[in-house]
Amino acid sequence: MGDPTRRAIFERVASRPRAVGELANEFPVSRPAVSQHLKVLKDAGLVISSRDGNRRIYQADPRGVAAMRDQLDRFWSQALATFKEVVEQDPQEVS
Amino acid sequence: MTTQAQATSLRSEIVVDAPVERAFRVFTEQFDRIKPREHNLLGADIAETVFEPRVGGAIYDRGVDGSECRWARVLAYEPPDRVVFSWDIGPTWQIETDPGKASEVEVRFVAESPERTRVELEHRHIDRHGDGWEGVREGVSADQGWPLYLQRYADLLTS
Repeated sequence: MGDPTRRAIFERVASRPRAVGELANEFPVSRPAVSQHLKVLKDAGLVISSRDGNRRIYQADPRGVAAMRDQLDRFWSQALATFKEVVEQDPQEVS
Repeated sequence: MTTQAQATSLRSEIVVDAPVERAFRVFTEQFDRIKPREHNLLGADIAETVFEPRVGGAIYDRGVDGSECRWARVLAYEPPDRVVFSWDIGPTWQIETDPGKASEVEVRFVAESPERTRVELEHRHIDRHGDGWEGVREGVSADQGWPLYLQRYADLLTS
């Protein structure tokens, strides 16, 4: 499942909100690298961030509804495309 | 095929070259062939997906080992016009037992001509699943429990 560090970072953030510096201390990668992983996770709709003084705190998206919707959207697009194939391909099968 | 966005529901539609009666029948009787196979809540491979054609019926997957997963309840069954069923699958990709936290799918079949049918699908109240969202935390660490939405993450990393 791709980048293990990114997955591990997400797991930490999902278990409780964390700051970038905190995460950087827990992984053998640089702080900019951690920030880059967080940016990817944020762009994917998996984490959100908020400000706490000078620190930026990351946490898992508490609802994830948009992401879930996105998945369902893909599910149904695929299902309807298959449906079209089935319904148009063998007209004799269901008469 | 088109898909439109709204925060808590989605619409998708497709036009098929088939009469409306046939479109309805194929959708419900051959749902087994239509449902994407990789979506599976069972521990075993899916032998078949059964769509019980009546209000109060269920849509369920049957595994090759005989296990069953009932993941939808048929709420309306009005051939050849429409069918409505619940979506009892929560965000952690597990069966949602509380009907109040289930979303809902309506499929309408509209005849555009005697040989063409527009199929309009709406999956709504997706936000109802949000109440169970805390479960994601437990789901994240379990091998089988990667939540539904994390597939997006998997795609992101493997693309």
